[in-house]
Amino acid sequence: MFPIVHARQLSDAVFEMGVHAPAIAKKAKAGQFLMLRIDEDGERIPLTFSDWSAEEGWIRFIFMRVGKTTHKLSNLGVGDSLADVVGPLGVPTHVEDMGRVVVVGGGVGTAVAYPVARAMCAAGAEVTVIVGARNADLVILEDEFRALPLKELIVTTDDGSAGRKDLVTAPLKELCEAGAVDHAMAIGPVIMMKFCAATTREYKVPTVVSLNPIMVDGTGMCGACRCTVDGETKFGCVDGPDFDGHAVDFEELMSRQRVYSDDERLADAEYDRECRCHS
Amino acid sequence: MSLVDDTATPAPEKPRHRPARIPRTPMPERDAAKRAKDFEEVTLGYTEEMARAEASRCLQCKNPTCIEGCPVNIDIKSFIGEMINGDYHAAVAVLKERNALPAVCGRVCPQEEQCEAQCVLAKKGESVAIGRLERWLGDFDLACELEGRCVPVVGEDTGKRVAVVGSGPAGLACAGELRRFGHAVTIFESLHATGGVLTYGIPEFRLPKHIVQAEVGLLEEMGVEIVCDVVVGATYTIDELMAEEGFDAVFVGNGAGLPMFMGIPGENLNGVYSANEFLTRANLMRAYDFPKVDTPIWRGRKVAVVGGGNVAMDAARTAKRLGAEEVFLVYRRTADEMPARKEEVHHAQEEGVEFKMLCSPVEVLGKDGWVTGIVANTMELGEPDASGRRAPVCVMGADFTIDCDTVIMALGTRANPLLPKTTPDMELSKRGYIVADENGATSKPGVYAGGDIVTGSATVILAMGAGKRAARAMDEWLMGTAR
Ligand SMILES: Cc1cc2nc3c(=O)[nH]c(=O)nc-3n(C[C@H](O)[C@H](O)[C@H](O)COP(=O)(O)OP(=O)(O)OC[C@H]3O[C@@H](n4cnc5c(N)ncnc54)[C@H](O)[C@@H]3O)c2cc1C
Ligand code: FES
Repeated sequence: MFPIVHARQLSDAVFEMGVHAPAIAKKAKAGQFLMLRIDEDGERIPLTFSDWSAEEGWIRFIFMRVGKTTHKLSNLGVGDSLADVVGPLGVPTHVEDMGRVVVVGGGVGTAVAYPVARAMCAAGAEVTVIVGARNADLVILEDEFRALPLKELIVTTDDGSAGRKDLVTAPLKELCEAGAVDHAMAIGPVIMMKFCAATTREYKVPTVVSLNPIMVDGTGMCGACRCTVDGETKFGCVDGPDFDGHAVDFEELMSRQRVYSDDERLADAEYDRECRCHS
Repeated sequence: MSLVDDTATPAPEKPRHRPARIPRTPMPERDAAKRAKDFEEVTLGYTEEMARAEASRCLQCKNPTCIEGCPVNIDIKSFIGEMINGDYHAAVAVLKERNALPAVCGRVCPQEEQCEAQCVLAKKGESVAIGRLERWLGDFDLACELEGRCVPVVGEDTGKRVAVVGSGPAGLACAGELRRFGHAVTIFESLHATGGVLTYGIPEFRLPKHIVQAEVGLLEEMGVEIVCDVVVGATYTIDELMAEEGFDAVFVGNGAGLPMFMGIPGENLNGVYSANEFLTRANLMRAYDFPKVDTPIWRGRKVAVVGGGNVAMDAARTAKRLGAEEVFLVYRRTADEMPARKEEVHHAQEEGVEFKMLCSPVEVLGKDGWVTGIVANTMELGEPDASGRRAPVCVMGADFTIDCDTVIMALGTRANPLLPKTTPDMELSKRGYIVADENGATSKPGVYAGGDIVTGSATVILAMGAGKRAARAMDEWLMGTAR
């Protein structure tokens, strides 16, 4: 069992959670993920680390309440435990001083962008972060980003309730146009990563994306996480999750993410009904 | 009853055994139409009368050939002899001297190619049903209260600590044996449940999970520590286990779990599964109980399973049980060349799995991201290949389409590079398997390996045998001249 040592609601549907897992905390690196299972009947889901402390033995992740599992998870707090937490999995994000780096985080992907930006800063890169969300309420980790030695933090929202009223691709394009980007990294909804990659392609700026395919084991055993990169099948969990954004087949990824959407709706609706009955 | 070293010696003189001249006792099975709708066990096992009757067929040969047919050389003659005498506890002890998991092996070993093929009676007609007797004894032992069970004696504490990577048959057998020598043993398993393929691959209807769990429970009873949710190569490397976590030796039994695909167009469409994913969802995650449990599975109406091994049979029969109206088995040779056990092929046919032989998929068709069918080439059998089987060759211009909404690729598995990648000083074969000598020693001192990760996908009994042999070699290595 893995005790929950931290739980915080970041916005209406976004939550941050910390779990005591010293062995994992000791090894975690930016861009890596964990697999968790809440209880005996639970499914295994991947979540990328948003933070960790090797000294204190905890790891953190941020998730959006979208289906039954994240719904169940959002109802847990300090004092509860998770049945299983496994990690750190996946290849860490390649971090070095890559010159002028832009890290784009969209939605909960921002949680993954944070440790990446932090590691890039520590490696000596000049880092600009673009954080995008639908509205001000959904902008997360702004204070954490402000505490990093960034060149600039650009916030965009779809409705203009915080920062610029724009999509993340607008400032990204401006920076590319100004010739101010040596390397880009985009983490967020597939559609956002797709358009970020399309934006940087024009300027031949190398762009890494962090994919989030459906997974079962997270160790290369099942192939649920298959993605096509440069015409070749890759396993997202062991070959990734980071891939060259200019080579990823985003359409296929979006389609594959929808395999169980009907099932997920059904399960969540049932869970919702159960919760109501109990309360 | 405890397992002491002298149990292998033959029982004292008994009146001469007169073998019964009766036909081989059939295995009671559930009705095919009924069982194809649920996940309960297909075969019911012998009753005590049946087991006694079957045992009485054994000739108790002077020079028993069956024993050579067993990959771990169980003293078959003796355990059947004890059954004839009615001493089941003694019979179990003989079995367990060589095989820690008789209830498992009695169900899944290909006895028809091993011990039973070498039985003298097989030459004249029907061999003794050794596997079914083994299963009966295994179940007898499991049904006993713990104090009545055959729990191997744990040796005196040696002060040595061994890490075992993986809780499949190789790891379990190795751990049990190491405990008997008195070493402290910790098993690290990457999944949340123990058993390896026995748990995530082989379905409940062929091997009930409570049996696997009972066998694992026995190891815990012996003092083996089991830690799930640890991926060696990620959570700890082998070097860290030895340098920082205080282990004196490591056994690697992580299996060959990486699924293969064909590399044909359309293979990443929704509705295409590897057999590993399909079976893992159904077995380990119990997706057949969705939405009571949280893991979903796509329940196809028309399912094509590609392959001809045990894995393909398990996937096809699982698809049937999940409610598929039609399940096709697509195989590029003929039923005679299928590597699956005859019994599994027979059970699959009884349950209505349709065999489409001599065809090989060249493309998966789809619409809106979902599978709608496969295009397959017609094949014919040509000259024998390296495996001795006649190689399938493509008949030009004879491709055809099979309509289906699900495709399950059961093409075999490879070694997972995750662990070796973090252990660069351990020698690998060209295909990524760990190189080990006949005792399991790898090129890295103190690190041993066995099971599918050394041999490639093989069998439960071979994996167990390798685990046990490695344990003996590890004991020698750990104790040096101290023994
Ligand atoms: C569907 C199916 C049906 C089969 N049917 C039969 C049959 O009827 N008869 C038969 O004899 N054989 C059968 N086999 C083959 C048989 O199951 C295998 O040969 C046998 O299980 C191999 O044992 P193993 O211990 O080497 O590996 P596995 O059983 O694969 O166990 C390896 C274990 O190690 C764990 N692991 C992997 N990597 C790591 C890591 N890095 N860190 C920690 N743990 C790790 C895995 O999760 C797994 O639990 C079947 C196989 C399959 C897939
Ligand atoms: S999640 Fe199973 S192989 Fe990647």
